[in-house]
Amino acid sequence: MSAGSPLQIALIGNPNSGKTSLFNHLTGLNQKVGNFPGVTVEKKIGGFRSGTTEMEVTDLPGIYSIYPRSIDERIVSEILLGHHQTHQPDLAVVVVDATNLKRGLLLATQVIDLGLPVILVLNMMDLVAQSGISYDLARLSQRLKVPVIPINARAGSGVEALKIAIAGGSNPVTNQIFQGWSETNSAVDLIQESLSVDNRYEAYLMLEQPHSLGFLTAEDQKVITGIRNQSGFVPGKFQGAETIQRYGFIQDLITEITLKPGNETLHNKSLAYDAILTHKIWGYLIFFGILFLIFQSIFAWATIPMDLIDSAFASLSSIIHHQLGSGPLVRLVADGIIPGIGGILIFVPQIAILFAFIAVLEETGYMARVVFLMDKVMRKFGLNGRSVVPLMSGIACAIPAIMATRTIDNWKERIITILVTPLMSCSARLPIFTILIALIIPDQMVLGFFNLQGLALMFLYLLGFIAAILSAWVMSKIIRLKERSYLIMELPTYRMPRWNNVGLTILEKTRSFVVEAGKVILAISIVLWVLASYGPGDNIEQAEERVAEQYKNARLTEQGFKDKVAAYKLEHSYAGILGKGLEPVIKPLGYDWKIGIALLTSFAAREVFVGTMATIYSIGSVDQDDEATIKNRMRDEINPETGEHRFTPAVGLSLLVFYTFAMQCMSTLAVVYRETKGWKWPVIQLIYMTALAYLSAFIVYQVLS
Amino acid sequence: MKPGESAIISGFTDFELSVKLMEMGCLPGASIRFNFSAPLGDPVCISVAGYELSLRMEEAKTISILN
Repeated sequence: MSAGSPLQIALIGNPNSGKTSLFNHLTGLNQKVGNFPGVTVEKKIGGFRSGTTEMEVTDLPGIYSIYPRSIDERIVSEILLGHHQTHQPDLAVVVVDATNLKRGLLLATQVIDLGLPVILVLNMMDLVAQSGISYDLARLSQRLKVPVIPINARAGSGVEALKIAIAGGSNPVTNQIFQGWSETNSAVDLIQESLSVDNRYEAYLMLEQPHSLGFLTAEDQKVITGIRNQSGFVPGKFQGAETIQRYGFIQDLITEITLKPGNETLHNKSLAYDAILTHKIWGYLIFFGILFLIFQSIFAWATIPMDLIDSAFASLSSIIHHQLGSGPLVRLVADGIIPGIGGILIFVPQIAILFAFIAVLEETGYMARVVFLMDKVMRKFGLNGRSVVPLMSGIACAIPAIMATRTIDNWKERIITILVTPLMSCSARLPIFTILIALIIPDQMVLGFFNLQGLALMFLYLLGFIAAILSAWVMSKIIRLKERSYLIMELPTYRMPRWNNVGLTILEKTRSFVVEAGKVILAISIVLWVLASYGPGDNIEQAEERVAEQYKNARLTEQGFKDKVAAYKLEHSYAGILGKGLEPVIKPLGYDWKIGIALLTSFAAREVFVGTMATIYSIGSVDQDDEATIKNRMRDEINPETGEHRFTPAVGLSLLVFYTFAMQCMSTLAVVYRETKGWKWPVIQLIYMTALAYLSAFIVYQVLS
Repeated sequence: MKPGESAIISGFTDFELSVKLMEMGCLPGASIRFNFSAPLGDPVCISVAGYELSLRMEEAKTISILN
């Protein structure tokens, strides 16, 4: 570490140890999210100052042991094990949940043995006191040979003392807690000699799991294999025994430092709550009630801010037009870029609300119970207990739902969840469903109080849901993954959420969405706008004259004329030409080129379908709520070949089924790109969903006509 | 095991799983208590080393106990 560059601190600890609360206390708003190179695991980095020293804190994923269970944990292992090479971090702050002292100390002893400078933080000391337990922390510090700082990260007490301690630094411990065995010691000696490794535990780990240590060269690996064979060291055989040895030490240590043993009240209270929350009837009822609440809130609370954002950007567009006229650059900004940005920001309310709920569920510890309740069912379909929340949220909007899959650590289960979530009919499909149902399904009552149109709508939602779980099942058979899936999950005691953490989570999630996915969405918006506004030749420019010529004998109002011009322009734009080109492909589904154009433009966002149809049928700028006009026009449209109505029930149903399955949302693809760090999966998703939509619509149409 | 019952761990039948379980505090000789199971019988919640742990039945079955 050179003078002037900040001190590098790594925050290590078990999940649920309150590490994140501590991180937030230390860094406040001064944090950002980055990436570990090459993998989809995120790292949170923040900074703070103590006295005159600048510190940079990295919050590492929570782990139980230095032996990794998942990609997340592998990253932490590599960072810790590589510290002699990288000279980072300068200091490891190991956070242990003091109410889980025994288990938490396992990791602590491993980190200490690695020879890293360590400060041990005991969090949740208030809960320890509440249980009547009393520890001799001075003794603990003496025995482990590291500074021990008690804190309560929720309230923030002890954090100042911690900052001072961090600034003061710590010296690496030189002796080892884990002693190894006579059988292994000679092999370890050899490694230390041949690879000049000072730290004994590190040498031991090189014997145990050399392949997870990225900094070892091929040469090194050969030396290690040689030594292994020579001394008959069988990797894995000793890992369990090491754990037992460590726990032996820890148990003795805890006995030594416990002044008062305390009671079980906290755990018993938690178990009492669990009796209801995991009850076979109440448990599920409460859970679905909460899901319903989340889903309703996203719909209800998000609508007002969304409408505000919508109209704000629409006004901005027209103001720019008013002030600056209609040159091409103005149109690019006012009709392409501004609606594009508006189209990104409009998702913010939904994302914020969903993540607020998820953060609260995580903070209270309830989320673990969700996984617990849903694990068995979800696994049958290749999904994870934690997949439920993204799936259900997908009914409001797939974008925050897909972002929420981060909580799933098994990569295969996560990717399948991401791939199938868009099949849950999102709110953008609603305007399309509504208008088409109104067109082809009679407004009748069935069985007294069931409205036929309402039933049709429910049926479509059910269809989406069934498609989602069936697709998940199919994918789980196709995608091969060697990683064994575990549950072995801690059920933390219930606790009140820390609202600061919730707030910071919301900020972080919305910021990353707007910046990352936003770029892609904006780019595609502009492309589509260009396609819809420009066309070959001079058709677009001559639009007014041509339309005037065409309708010279008809009496058109000014608005009527404008609408016809808009329709003409759309028809002759690149989008229009593509739509016409698309016609042979979509004819077997019962569609014509007008629908083709709408299919293309609604790729930007499904809601655009209604607006495009309005333009094509020269209704001009129509409020999406003004369905009556669009509906009537569509109903009157005649299919030139058959002389019959264009929108027969067969066509209508075919279109409905198509939209239920089709991936008509570039924003979703942008988010999938971001979450999977590549174009491979969004492309696969686009292909399978389009294929599903096409085939289903084809079957429906052919069967019904 | 029945809800509310406690037992001592005597060993494991799956080596790979045993390592993970031990890291989580399920040590031979340690006392575990079966708290409750999920509505479908799987997963189950046990108390061990002072906290609550949930395990799939297939994971729990690998723990050998003596009463």
